[in-house]
Amino acid sequence: MGATIIIFAASRVLGDPTVLFLPEEGYGLDAAELEAARARLHLDKPVPLQYAFWVADILRGDLGQDLGDRHPISSKLRDKLPPTLRLAVAAYIISTLIGIPLGVLSAVKRGSVWDLAGRTFALLGQALPIFWVGILGILVFAVWLQLLPAGTQGEGFSLKHYVLPTLTLAWFPAAGYMRLMRSAMLDVLDSEYVKLARAKGVGANTIIWKHAFKNAAIAPLTFSGLLLAGFVTGSVSVEVVFGWPGIARLAVEAVQTNNLTTLSVITLMFTLIYVVMNFIVDLIYGLIDPRIRYS
Amino acid sequence: MAEASQETALSGGGNPFTKALNAFRRWPIVSLVLIFILSFVAIFAPLISPADPIKSNIRDRNAPPFWYGQWYEENPKVTKTYILGADPIGRDVLSRLIYGARVSMMVVVVAMVSGTVIGTGLGLIAGYAGGITDEIITRIVDIWLGLPFILLALIVAITIGAGLLTMMGLLAATAWTPFVRNVRGEVLTLRERDYVALARVAGASPLRILIRHILPGVTNTVLVIATLRIGQLILTESFLSFLGAGIPAPTPTWGAIIADGREYLRDAWWVSVFAGIAIGLTVLALNFFGDWMRDTFDPRLRQV
Repeated sequence: MGATIIIFAASRVLGDPTVLFLPEEGYGLDAAELEAARARLHLDKPVPLQYAFWVADILRGDLGQDLGDRHPISSKLRDKLPPTLRLAVAAYIISTLIGIPLGVLSAVKRGSVWDLAGRTFALLGQALPIFWVGILGILVFAVWLQLLPAGTQGEGFSLKHYVLPTLTLAWFPAAGYMRLMRSAMLDVLDSEYVKLARAKGVGANTIIWKHAFKNAAIAPLTFSGLLLAGFVTGSVSVEVVFGWPGIARLAVEAVQTNNLTTLSVITLMFTLIYVVMNFIVDLIYGLIDPRIRYS
Repeated sequence: MAEASQETALSGGGNPFTKALNAFRRWPIVSLVLIFILSFVAIFAPLISPADPIKSNIRDRNAPPFWYGQWYEENPKVTKTYILGADPIGRDVLSRLIYGARVSMMVVVVAMVSGTVIGTGLGLIAGYAGGITDEIITRIVDIWLGLPFILLALIVAITIGAGLLTMMGLLAATAWTPFVRNVRGEVLTLRERDYVALARVAGASPLRILIRHILPGVTNTVLVIATLRIGQLILTESFLSFLGAGIPAPTPTWGAIIADGREYLRDAWWVSVFAGIAIGLTVLALNFFGDWMRDTFDPRLRQV
């Protein structure tokens, strides 16, 4: 709830937003017409009331109109949301599939070449700007090697179009998963019960997967909630660099046209996604680890 | 005594090579050298940079780096050889990178310092005051962390307008939250200590207790968080500049340089690539240094 106040406040810091999308001369609008437009957008009322109108409209399912082309924002979101979600889900799955096994491998074979490779992968993933990784990917695989398409031309989507954006988006979270999984595995492998299992003569594979992995996997799971925040930045980067037709790119285009209404709604939506996903992660966490119970 | 014997055990005899290797393991030397070089370049940018970072020379547009000797032979009209090439409007990439370091460092350091001060201050207050004050501050931090920061920054870039000050403010706005959380936690234990109680009995004001008695106890934590987070700030700064919501052109920033070269990957890969390498190396060095600071001064902070 507080989030709506901050987003709204950010969009109104300058006072009357009409000055942003109307030039001084006002496109030949006379004062009366301007007043009418203000009244239509509730801009003639005091700011707290404007906020109340905005929230009330959203609660009623009316997201408002795009300031540029006057299309309802809700229909734009319907078009743009699926590509964003498809990309995010694909990247999320890939990042788990890469990060977690790599973390286990790194911990089990500590100090080996695998460990070194895994840690380099993780360090680079957290230090390189995502948008630059995307650009580098385009340069190497699309411009130089000509193996993969650079972006998304028109509606003709194929699996090939997903390769570069997904991997680019997946690298950063995969790096986080790898680091967490590695340190959690190292802790567990050092614990008493693993030593006992080893002393009993339990096979190495059984120890790693049955005794250690199950307990270590809790740490990366809590990280999932934090990752979601990173996914917003990542989505914006990837969608801009690859010209992906999703909402993150819609948001950036909205900046170029000073399109506050659209941008505010998108921001609010990402906040909602974050809150809901965090709640789900909390629930899963409680289910997996019975030691944690929320009152 | 025990420490000294451990030292000798670690350095393992007098072999200078082994000694060097051990020093290497104990100190983040590569990171320190990189950070030092970077600060030097940033501070003395006007003395080091080979050309004006803003003056463009359209005849030299997209001139490649110096090792493309053949290109320079085929294009004798080019005014000079560019070490790291020229960008799409004929500006020296190396000079822009050097000045970019200056701009980015300045913005990030100012933002980090203000974020640190605000976050530590609020953390001290929340932890010491407790009750409703604590509740409110903690709630604000929770809400803050749930906001999609990049999008909020874009809104602010529209309403307030992109610029140096806006950028510093925005970055400070992302920097303060981890300080509040960790400092608050530390203060909760520190305020129960006997010396704090004694100070209270002696009649010290809450402000004096916070600054003289509690603040010194949290400085380690604060310094570690600051070094761990500064790389993140550099990434955020470059991203906002890349999106055009940062410091306006023609001021060179690393993110903006990458954006300049983006449309010309086929003809001038060097524009985007070198700026990205500069960001990557800087963040890598800072992250390494931060990890080392954490392990040395405050190992409990491993989740930050």
